[in-house]
Amino acid sequence: MSDFVNEFWNWYVILIVLISIVACAVFLWTQSQARRGGPTTDTTGHVWDETLQEYNNPLPRWWMWLFYATVVFALVYVALYPALGRFPGVFNWSTANEHKKEVERVEAEIRPLFEKYLKMDLATVAADKDAMEMGGRLYQTYCMQCHGATAQGSRDKGYPNLTDKDWQWGGEPEQIIETITNGRIGMMPPYGGNPDAVGGEAGAKEIASYVRSLSGLSHNAELAAKGKERYAAVCIACHGPEGKGMTALGAPNLTDKVWLYGSSEAKIVETIVNGRNNQMPAWKDFLGEAKIHVLAAYVLGLSSGSAAK
Amino acid sequence: MAETQSAYNYKVVRQFTVMAVIWGIVGMLVGVIIAAQLVWPDLNIGFLHFGRLRPLHTNAVIFAFGGCALMGTSYYVVQRTCHARLFCDKLAAFTFWGWQLVIVLAAITLPLGMTQGKEYAELEWPIDILIAAVWVAYAVVFFGTIFKRKVSHIYVANWFYGGFILAVALLHIVNSAAIPVSLTKSYSAYAGVQDAMIQWWYGHNAVGFFLTAGFLGMMYYFVPKQAERPVYSYRLSVVHFWALIFTYMWAGPHHLHYTALPDWTQSLGMIFSLILLAPSWGGMINGIMTLSGAWHKLRDDPILKFLITSLSFYGMSTFEGPMMSIKTVNALSHYTDWTIGHVHSGALGWVAMISIGSIYYLLPRLFGKPEMFSVKLITVHFWVSTIGIVLYIASMWISGVMQGLMWRTVNADGTLAYSFVESVKVSYPFWGIRLMGGVLFLSGMLIMAYNMVKTMAGGKIEDAPVLLPAGHHA
Repeated sequence: MSDFVNEFWNWYVILIVLISIVACAVFLWTQSQARRGGPTTDTTGHVWDETLQEYNNPLPRWWMWLFYATVVFALVYVALYPALGRFPGVFNWSTANEHKKEVERVEAEIRPLFEKYLKMDLATVAADKDAMEMGGRLYQTYCMQCHGATAQGSRDKGYPNLTDKDWQWGGEPEQIIETITNGRIGMMPPYGGNPDAVGGEAGAKEIASYVRSLSGLSHNAELAAKGKERYAAVCIACHGPEGKGMTALGAPNLTDKVWLYGSSEAKIVETIVNGRNNQMPAWKDFLGEAKIHVLAAYVLGLSSGSAAK
Repeated sequence: MAETQSAYNYKVVRQFTVMAVIWGIVGMLVGVIIAAQLVWPDLNIGFLHFGRLRPLHTNAVIFAFGGCALMGTSYYVVQRTCHARLFCDKLAAFTFWGWQLVIVLAAITLPLGMTQGKEYAELEWPIDILIAAVWVAYAVVFFGTIFKRKVSHIYVANWFYGGFILAVALLHIVNSAAIPVSLTKSYSAYAGVQDAMIQWWYGHNAVGFFLTAGFLGMMYYFVPKQAERPVYSYRLSVVHFWALIFTYMWAGPHHLHYTALPDWTQSLGMIFSLILLAPSWGGMINGIMTLSGAWHKLRDDPILKFLITSLSFYGMSTFEGPMMSIKTVNALSHYTDWTIGHVHSGALGWVAMISIGSIYYLLPRLFGKPEMFSVKLITVHFWVSTIGIVLYIASMWISGVMQGLMWRTVNADGTLAYSFVESVKVSYPFWGIRLMGGVLFLSGMLIMAYNMVKTMAGGKIEDAPVLLPAGHHA
């Protein structure tokens, strides 16, 4: 893609750049030629504000040659590198190419490091000390922004803790690889998608009491009893009859102590009323199969406690 | 009328000079606060957090402190070197009060989060219009005075002040072009990479014209005056003036290396920044060499110490700048504390020190005293601020290079060796040293304010008579 809409601007840039660089040198040359000889300590003869006067010393030589040197450097540089409109320069260098080459070089260098683990199953990789160090570094580069430096997620903000035994989308090796490769979109619809059956905010409060009772948290038994009926009408579809959730849908288990968005009654009501949207991004194109394999093993290791911390 | 025309207008010079000291303290205090916020993040309270105060700091030190110093000294210099009273007292008074209003509005709107989001050009469009009006009035007063001069030749300081006034008008008006949606919100007239390019054309020339050409004007009057020596070379001043104002205009793209800006544009920013080295140094040579034959004066004249040290810092940062504009160096230095250090070696070392020296020269003359209340306190101020600057710059160099090296270090498997937050962690001690440097510099300004108030007390507030030009140019 060109930066110029037509040839005119290309030549406009080329000419104005060359003229400007050369003009600096020409200007310097004319000024250093003027009136040599005679005593240089004379002032110009002008006086301002009683005492202000000027000597007319010639340009310091070293300074003049420094000036010329930068002009010569500029002329050489514009010949070698992109600067003159569309002319790419003798070296045909560009930031885009430089980046591309560097990525290719590094990829070629590190590919074998990761690919040797591709044939091993995740549990074996998770037991490999070198692989776990590499996986840990991948984690600290790509995952810690959301899941945290200690992989414990972010309390009440919806980023899962990766160090516990709870898995929203399943903790089998294939499931972890799938989660990282293609990402996941978890969605709890507002009012479970059925506001009438939930019974508005009042009903949401009853359901919240019931949900808290499922994991043994303090609750109002009367409200919870009413909530149980509403649960059976709406929530059961994803979270199941016993509230154990469903990993195929990413529906959380409601009977454990793990709460992505908080366990207080107010927080649960908020979850029911407004719903929740959550996304794990897909890393397939960015990281590729081999790195994901090592990373998945690291995540698996975090949960079983074998990964280097 | 005849009587007022026979005296220089010192009133507006006095106003700007005193306010320069006051705004200097305010702006540097905000700088100390945000430096402390980086060390202790808990100090970020409400709308007085770093993101809101940082533009207030930059605007206050550049436009309030630097602006008042430039306008005050330029009014003094242009009158004395043209041997004529300032053109139009009322317009001059408007530039003072208008500029103070701009500063107060900035101090209110920036903490409230009203911003155009352009660095050093954050102020919203109604304030931008006020700035443009004040600036045009400033140009009329300045060039009006040049026009009525009683000497045929225009003194070199006035070329630099004049170049600075014209260029800043151009830069401000073009870069601030925006489409308002309400009184407090507008959107830039430019889009995407063009917007970025215009912003940094403005941004770098704000450095080049506001912070360099303007203060070189100051240098060309106060250095030869205080040293009581003729300027070293008229010819050098001609060459470096034209070369400086010509090449600065090209240097902006070096702020956008390795971005969406086309490669050819980035290259131009780099090569013209390198060509800029010699023209920049021309000013330093001319200033420092003016002292040749009178070096002994540096020993016991603290005002001269300020002026000459400022030129040394000027030379250092105008060497550092072109080096940092080289793409491969920039790849290391960009986005690190090195940039902050570079800016402050220019801002504290050059801009603030030349202003402080000039203001110490001016104050006794403006308030009818033979000298400052305490010359000893000027010496104390000099050493306190010099140590402050050295602590500031050295700490930022170390943390900047360290950050740049940490960010680019990779492991054998291609992953980053350090996360961003690790580089923040190791930067803490240096941010502490930077804070100490800032506190020292601010303390120096407080010493100056005390000395100023004592000098002003009981002084005769009288305008000096307009002098007849010397001999053969009358």
